[in-house]
Amino acid sequence: MKKVLLGNEAIVRGALAAGVSFVSGYPGCPSAEIGDEFGKIAEANGVYAEYSTNEKVALEAAIGASFSGLKSLVNMKSFGINVCSDSLLPLAYTGTKAPMVIFVGDDPSCWSSAQSEQDSRGYAYLSHIPFLEPSSPQECYDFTKLGFEISEKFNIPVILRVTTRVAHQRAIVNFEERVKSEVKGEFIRNPHQFSTMPPRVMEMKGELLEKLKKIEIFAEKSKVNFIINKSASSKLGVITSGISYMHTLEAFEEMGIQLPVLRLGFFYPLPRKKIAEFMKGKKNILVAEELNSYLEKEIKAIANDMGIKVKIFGKDILPEIGELNTDKILSATAKIIGKKITTFKVKQINLPRRTARLCEGCPYWHVFPVLKRIAPEGTVFGGDIGCNMIGALPPHNLYDYLFDMGAGLGISHGVKKSTSQKVITIMGDGTFFHSGIAPLINSVYNKSNPLVIILDNRITAMTGHQPNPGMGKNLMGKDAPELSIEEIVKACGVKNLKVLDPINMPEFENTVKEFLGKEEVSVIICKRICALLARRQAKK
Amino acid sequence: MDKKTFNIILTGVGGQGIITLLQIIDEAALVEGLEVKSSELHGLSQRGGSVEAHVRFGKKVFSPMVSTGKADLIIAMEALEALRESVKAGKQTKILVNEYFLPFLNSLPKEEILKQLKETKKNFYLIPASQDCKEKLQNEIVCTAYLLGYAVGKKLMPLKKESVMQAMKNMIPQKYLDLNIKAFELGHGN
Ligand SMILES: Cc1ncc(C[n+]2csc(CCOP(=O)(O)OP(=O)(O)O)c2C)c(N)n1
Ligand code: SF4
Repeated sequence: MKKVLLGNEAIVRGALAAGVSFVSGYPGCPSAEIGDEFGKIAEANGVYAEYSTNEKVALEAAIGASFSGLKSLVNMKSFGINVCSDSLLPLAYTGTKAPMVIFVGDDPSCWSSAQSEQDSRGYAYLSHIPFLEPSSPQECYDFTKLGFEISEKFNIPVILRVTTRVAHQRAIVNFEERVKSEVKGEFIRNPHQFSTMPPRVMEMKGELLEKLKKIEIFAEKSKVNFIINKSASSKLGVITSGISYMHTLEAFEEMGIQLPVLRLGFFYPLPRKKIAEFMKGKKNILVAEELNSYLEKEIKAIANDMGIKVKIFGKDILPEIGELNTDKILSATAKIIGKKITTFKVKQINLPRRTARLCEGCPYWHVFPVLKRIAPEGTVFGGDIGCNMIGALPPHNLYDYLFDMGAGLGISHGVKKSTSQKVITIMGDGTFFHSGIAPLINSVYNKSNPLVIILDNRITAMTGHQPNPGMGKNLMGKDAPELSIEEIVKACGVKNLKVLDPINMPEFENTVKEFLGKEEVSVIICKRICALLARRQAKK
Repeated sequence: MDKKTFNIILTGVGGQGIITLLQIIDEAALVEGLEVKSSELHGLSQRGGSVEAHVRFGKKVFSPMVSTGKADLIIAMEALEALRESVKAGKQTKILVNEYFLPFLNSLPKEEILKQLKETKKNFYLIPASQDCKEKLQNEIVCTAYLLGYAVGKKLMPLKKESVMQAMKNMIPQKYLDLNIKAFELGHGN
């Protein structure tokens, strides 16, 4: 089959062609299309798919599936790997039984990420898990299959690290149909492999490092690390990976030059010999990598170890902040080879910025202005992740801090404990289930009294309207128990609790005023459906 | 089409249907047997902010993104966004603008936007796609198909009408197909 596919759709095709049977994940950008698509097609393909409560739980679900003999795919955005890392590290030690591929979507330039410009490749060093980096939708498909192969061969999970410009790139992809695979597995007891406990855990570390040596040999031979324009001039060679490879080729095309390029499909482990071979005899090397200088440092170390005399350029002429593009790589290349180029001059005009805004009829329009108006002078506002982040932007300009999922309340507790100021902290329903419960318990247990506003818009909205445990539906569209946020909050020991519709302004106002005077933590659940979701449901 | 890769930038406001437009162009290029790559943004960027998507097709395409100044065609779904993008238009760039305004806090008045557009002296095609669609089809959303029809009809884009029609049939759900084809024809005949 040949079709135009989004990188993430190609991942889904690749997983199907590899015979995946268990898919778990948590939505985010740029990864959500994978889970969303499986939600639609899983049943027809005999696959099980879920959005778990968070990425850690998602990874653990897949570990259970793998230990039971099912091929699994885990999907998450960059920040998800932080959340699941506690289970990721021991997983490298135990290894997998049935193969597992973990998709992690990074977002250079923070197109859809608030919290940091994360370069998840760093987790390769922490976890010792192989990392592959596709450059195109076709490679999304091919590398997903390859990931499953490597995982099967070496009993180790494989991470596919994909960036926005690959995950959200459309291109023509050749792919094959689904391969049928196991639907039911069987868990066969093997604590020797599945339990990390000293002294065995140290032995396991040894086994992992041994495995990595073998995988490095595999990487040396792998076709995904390849050289083009081998015979061309040796003044400069470019080493690159991911989308930067495509920008590099485009830059060459624009300059009308052909220089040798080593494209690395493996980020970890690196084919050290291949890299050394490539560098030999060249005067200059340009490492064209996005974000952190991981490759550059490794490559400099390789040159040093092997006594290769070559000048290596990297972050000295390419930015560490923001995504790369053809123009940036073109000027870096031109600088090294001493070629004059004319760059397009953008004439700056001063136009008002059009930032993200709440949709028409969004329930939050009834919340932010009221809070701002009635909160006493000096009130501290904690924000959280989701559509409510828009509260940080004009006209609201509400928040005093904004971190990661669930962090708003966690930080608010600390502020409340440290000051005598009033603190109001906001979080969405999706975030409540993801990571909001632990900080709520902390506030109750360690006795602080922020006012927590839970924006229950009946969905995980920002990432594209995915189901969550409060909705009575699961990813595959089946009925599921509808967990009551109110009951959970109560069970956490919260005494001051009110569920209301924020469109009822007097009730909302009075409750806020009343709760701001309380000695213990208080919670208002503002329950009103996301306007976009309501409009969609009305259309159906 | 000739050897050169054709570069398009689509710009507008999140939620205006840019991704659907991009998918149809991608598909039409596939129908014509060309190589095609495009790049889009989802998530926060789609929540009513400025958005920009890129499409490139031709014999051989490497990067999915159009280099600054290299666009052959910019299709702007909104006038202020057209103005914003115009600074990246080169000599060869044609800018097809939907004469449509989505105001926001601190936005510029219509007259000011139109005045500044003219002052840039770039190669603009200002057409009332949304308005025409609203009047003649009672639906503004399909202005994307209208603009596409216009671009094909005026040969601002080297894709055949039949390929684009085929692409719409392949990509648009049956329910909305008729309306989109009508909008396309309306733009094409304009
Ligand atoms: C660890 C982590 N996983 C996923 C995301 C992506 N993400 C951004 S916004 C959001 C949705 C939050 O949903 P909810 O709390 O219901 O807020 P809403 O968008 O509905 O207002 C998610 C999952 C993230 N930022 N961090
Ligand atoms: S998607 Fe829903 S929650 Fe998000 S801004 Fe729009 S209406 Fe509000």
